[in-house]
Amino acid sequence: MTALRIPPTGLRFENIDKRYGGLFALRRVSFEIAPGECVVLAGRNGSGKTTLLRVAAQIVKPTAGKLSFPGADEVLPANGRPGYVAHTTMVYDELTAEENLLLFGKLQNVENPAARAEELLREVGLIERRDSLVRTFSRGMRQRIAIARALIHRPSVLLFDEPATGLDPPGITWLANTLREVNRAGCTVVMSLHGESEISALATRAVQLDAGSVVADTQSGASLHSILTFGSA
Amino acid sequence: MSLLSNTAILLGKELRTEFRSRELLTTTAVFILIVLVLFSFAINPGTEEAREFAPGLLWLAILFASSLMFQSCFLREQTNDTLSSLRLAVSDPFAIFLAKLIANTLFLLLTELMMLPFFAIFYNIPLWSKLPVLILVLFVGSLGISITGTAISAISAQARMRELLLPLLLLPLLTPVLVVSTLVTASLLDREPVVQWKGIGFLAVFDLIFLTALWLFGEYLLEE
Repeated sequence: MTALRIPPTGLRFENIDKRYGGLFALRRVSFEIAPGECVVLAGRNGSGKTTLLRVAAQIVKPTAGKLSFPGADEVLPANGRPGYVAHTTMVYDELTAEENLLLFGKLQNVENPAARAEELLREVGLIERRDSLVRTFSRGMRQRIAIARALIHRPSVLLFDEPATGLDPPGITWLANTLREVNRAGCTVVMSLHGESEISALATRAVQLDAGSVVADTQSGASLHSILTFGSA
Repeated sequence: MSLLSNTAILLGKELRTEFRSRELLTTTAVFILIVLVLFSFAINPGTEEAREFAPGLLWLAILFASSLMFQSCFLREQTNDTLSSLRLAVSDPFAIFLAKLIANTLFLLLTELMMLPFFAIFYNIPLWSKLPVLILVLFVGSLGISITGTAISAISAQARMRELLLPLLLLPLLTPVLVVSTLVTASLLDREPVVQWKGIGFLAVFDLIFLTALWLFGEYLLEE
């Protein structure tokens, strides 16, 4: 993994509310993530993890509150936006793996997008299938191309929503190694996870959400283990 | 500059995916052809009646076919949530609209040009001498339909009753385009053809106003 495009960046949530009609998906969420930290978001289904990640990715605008990026003059440049991996692949089924990476690389002004796409296809183990349409891929292969898309512009913040979904054990090991590398390079990693795994072992902090609010925030090993395994600190 | 380069990249993607699947082109071309064939049985070709009603039929067929095209315009971005990845990648969200409306205009124009020979044959209306002006009318009319349709498609894709909502919002908004395009085309296809520049000017102004509105407010249409 090569150097980041912009300096390491953190995330600051200040009194974030997100409401859909009368339903609060997030309620007064406030915490800060330092540049280069690796944080796990934990919580039951519907606790607000995905909404928080989408707010952090700037795909969803909060109803109230403020999101800022300490370390990057508070506002991220257009080509330095977070890399985001969601439940869906966020790539085009009707384009090949390489065409998808080239599309997003060019849109984000990546220097030499063809070389970067090839480098990533090699890293995610899809170089042999570079000319295959994504719709012919298995679930695990789709997840790999989704991760490659998120990494294409060497983001300084990575947001992963249950990144291990669909990956086989070697895939999970590969993802854990990739995340370790990008984190070492200074990239801030925030991911939502269920249970402990090779990937959760990278986390140095866990934030637990319940009904849209932060109910626990710990850096201690025992509490972190307890949040990931049992859902409470 | 980044708006134009992003638009060019996205337009390339729109054209590539469409020419790979040929979904929109086939649907619109078949729809227009069916309407032209069916009404050619009801109207006697070559008569004054044909000259009077055929332009209206042509534009109605274009309008309904385009509404089929717009249904999937933003809907196909929802399958894998690619709209979110585009919003994360582009520096100006207007590029997403601009690429889609240019692609829609091109698809619509291409379909219309493919259908013109059938129109001329079924209704026995000679078009050759009026072709340059007719193409201009088709262009400004189709551009208006595409600008409005692309915007409405972005709204309706997020709604629950999207199949119903799109035509309900689109058709009333496009009434001025339909009326003026029909009038201009009818005078052009008359036995003594007249080019109604005022009508063409009206269509161009309509396009400009709706394009400006889309540029100003388009970002809000993409919000969740």
